Amino acid sequence: MELFKSNSRIAFMSSRKLWYAVSAILFVTSLVALFTKGLNLGVDFTGGITVEAKFTSEAKPEELRTGLARAGFNDVQVQNFGSSRDVAIRLPPPEGQSPDKIRADIEGVLKASDPNVVVSRLEVVGPQVGAELRNSAAVALISTLILIFIYVFIRFHAWQLSAGAIIAAIHDPIIVLGFFVLSGIVFDLSAVAALLAVIGYSLNDTVVVFDRIRERFEANKRMAPADVLNQSVNQTLSRTIMTSVTTLIVVVVLLLLGGAVLQPFSWALVVGILIGTYSSIYIAAAVALDMGLTAESLFPTRKKLAIDDMP
Amino acid sequence: MLEFARWKYILVATVLVLATIFALPNVFGEDAALQVARKDRSAIETDGQRAVEDFLRGKGVTFSRSYIDDGRLMLHFAAVPEQLKARDLVNENFARDYVTALSFASRAPDWLRKIGLRPMPLGLDLRGGLYLLYQVDVDGAVAQVLEVYEQDLRRALSQDNVQFVDVVQVAEGTVKPNGLRALLPAGADPAPAREAIRRVLPDLTISAQPGGVGPILQALLTATQLKERQDYAISQNLTTIRNRVNELGVSEPVVQRQGIDRIAVQLPGVQNSAEVKDILGKVATLEFRLVDIQNSVSEAVQRGRAPFGSKLYETREGQPTLLKRDIIVTGDQLIDATTAATEQGPGVSVKLDASGGEEMLRTTRANLGKPMAVVFIEQRREEVDVGGQKVQRDIKEEKVINTATIQGIFSNSFQITGLGVNEARELALLLRAGALAAPIFVIEERVVGPGLGKENIEKGVSALMIGMALLFVFMLVYYKMFGVVANIVLLANVVLLAALLTMFKAALSLPGIAGIVLTVGMAVDANVLIYERIREEVRNGVTPQTAISKGFEKAFSSIADSNITTLIAGIVLWAFGTGPIRGFAVVLSLGIVTSMFTSLLGSRALLTLMYGGSRRPEKLSI
Repeated sequence: MELFKSNSRIAFMSSRKLWYAVSAILFVTSLVALFTKGLNLGVDFTGGITVEAKFTSEAKPEELRTGLARAGFNDVQVQNFGSSRDVAIRLPPPEGQSPDKIRADIEGVLKASDPNVVVSRLEVVGPQVGAELRNSAAVALISTLILIFIYVFIRFHAWQLSAGAIIAAIHDPIIVLGFFVLSGIVFDLSAVAALLAVIGYSLNDTVVVFDRIRERFEANKRMAPADVLNQSVNQTLSRTIMTSVTTLIVVVVLLLLGGAVLQPFSWALVVGILIGTYSSIYIAAAVALDMGLTAESLFPTRKKLAIDDMP
Repeated sequence: MLEFARWKYILVATVLVLATIFALPNVFGEDAALQVARKDRSAIETDGQRAVEDFLRGKGVTFSRSYIDDGRLMLHFAAVPEQLKARDLVNENFARDYVTALSFASRAPDWLRKIGLRPMPLGLDLRGGLYLLYQVDVDGAVAQVLEVYEQDLRRALSQDNVQFVDVVQVAEGTVKPNGLRALLPAGADPAPAREAIRRVLPDLTISAQPGGVGPILQALLTATQLKERQDYAISQNLTTIRNRVNELGVSEPVVQRQGIDRIAVQLPGVQNSAEVKDILGKVATLEFRLVDIQNSVSEAVQRGRAPFGSKLYETREGQPTLLKRDIIVTGDQLIDATTAATEQGPGVSVKLDASGGEEMLRTTRANLGKPMAVVFIEQRREEVDVGGQKVQRDIKEEKVINTATIQGIFSNSFQITGLGVNEARELALLLRAGALAAPIFVIEERVVGPGLGKENIEKGVSALMIGMALLFVFMLVYYKMFGVVANIVLLANVVLLAALLTMFKAALSLPGIAGIVLTVGMAVDANVLIYERIREEVRNGVTPQTAISKGFEKAFSSIADSNITTLIAGIVLWAFGTGPIRGFAVVLSLGIVTSMFTSLLGSRALLTLMYGGSRRPEKLSI
């Protein structure tokens, strides 16, 4: 079976202006969302308390909310997750009150609603720890990008290819972050892990396309650069889509079956893989082309030096 | 031509056989088990094992296996009720020497355990349990010592009849105080004060400071001393918390230093955090007392009470001892206790604060040549059965941990000698364990219920199974016979990955399982790259054998390149992440290595076996 005709000749490069526009809109929207609305950061990053509880019958978030308000908790989020019997409660970081007391108070409210409720998870993260994790996540993200930039520069001698790869590598995580902002899905530590994996993954696709570009230029140095790039993307298309499909299969399974804890992680991967695949087909190579990539930039013809062989 | 060197076949086969053996312990499941350890943390010997075994047999409790593992006795049971019964019986009968912990132990056969192979440990999110992150107040530790120094200095100056205006703490070049200043009256000679400082605080850097009404002398802790003090506070707290965790009777607890000033505690299976925090944060104390040598111990034991002015104690070995009621010094007057090599052999150097030193001086002067004892007092909360009702009761446990003869007159700094090397180490540890060196407070706490842990495992494993099954079908449809090869290789990849994780003893967490699932999806990539190349070659009209070998050849650089980028992400994640995220990073990075091995060598071996050598197929099923 084949998904694509072996001789597919889709003119990716000619429609690149359109995709630039699409990417620019997505990218700018994401950035604006990121800076105006901001991520719905998980307890890992903000500090605070998360309680997950399992009720024996359908949980009543409204009742819990009023109960918690009566107990003095005002800034509380109560949400169902997974099933109607599972409830997640999030509170801002405790100030002045001991976590033990807060926990006891919350348990009291839960027990009033259902005496047989089971607290299945409780997390108390101090504000200080949250701030540190936020920092180290940012450092991890930035250092991954820097290391990958260095790698790309060493690996592809043509700066045009490096530029294409780097723009794709920035493009993808920003749009994934934008997705998190706009969907309101909690962004936690596991989502950061997934984001880093996405950066690696997306580059993986790009690198394969670029490898092919180099190979095609070497085989035919006189072909027009746009044609070479089209040919390369077409020739690797089957592989690009196949790998995305296989990875998507398992990630979607994780999203559906992995449970509540893995939701942010799985979402980051699903969106990241889609965007990463798209960017390596439509963005990375196209950027290199517009930067003026030619056979010459990959395989420069040796110029005779004027001072050669002078005695 | 399609060929594969013999040594490569051997390599692939060896790696796969080894991987299967390494991954093996993970498939046996677990028994309910009871872990019995000695209270003093020394190893249980075979006679100890026999004693427990015989005792349980005598009580009619059957266990399926019994062995000593890492100095602890492990007993396996067929069912939980037996396990609980055994625990209660052992706790009752061996309360003095042993602590027990309920746990689950691998059903893997003994030979696997004996060659050091055991299943991957499960993270708290998969097993349920309590995670606590303590912040050690290192500044508090420095403040404590400065306060003592301040007292000592005031006392020394008064003793030497040096006039001074005040002694104050200063922060020189730091935010928190790191030294002392002695303010002298106008026109005073600083020399005697300097002498006094040098005598009581010999390690501090002394300097004259300008700007006062009279001379100012400053004594500062150096940066190294500050750091030493902080490190000491953390390592002592670490020791104390370890000791206390040990007393909790939790199987496989983890207590480790994290970063500069934090201690992370992982307690699998523990749910009640309030109780645990109570115990870990509790304060134990020490007392130095004189031994009562006028009265007979055995008489006191017979009468069941001590003579007037004395109190009956027990040593840790259970020997009765009579001590005087008057306390010489208590634990909060103890500043430091370290092992020391003395002329009389190994010993413990003890340092007391000024008031403790004074008291000690008075006592030793009057009691030269008489024995003195150290009593270790611990507050513990225990649940006891009172008429069918569980009642919490505070228990004060007092044990004599050391008795030594007073050899000379000393004050705030002295040595306890006549000990063995191990004894000295243990005494120093116990003296230090008496109290936390610096206050600690919980800055992060996570509790995962056992039900949720089980649910997480089930979800993770089912996601892995279903994900793999879907991939298998997809690969089969898309690549036919080559899909079969890819699937075999994929399976080998998971086995290899499991083997590596088992070898590294990396705790498996939910993100770790997710990492395995992701790796499986991505591992297909290398095969896809190879197969797509082979298809291209076939389309170009080369012979099937050449197509295969060319496919591998041409795909290699792409495979290597594309994996390196993911590896970079994995390594950075490992460097910056903690806990479960690290687990994910390890899986991601190892998965790349294993998938390269299996797809480049494993699938090459299989395909060569199928199509290589003299077989010369007409067509490839791809």
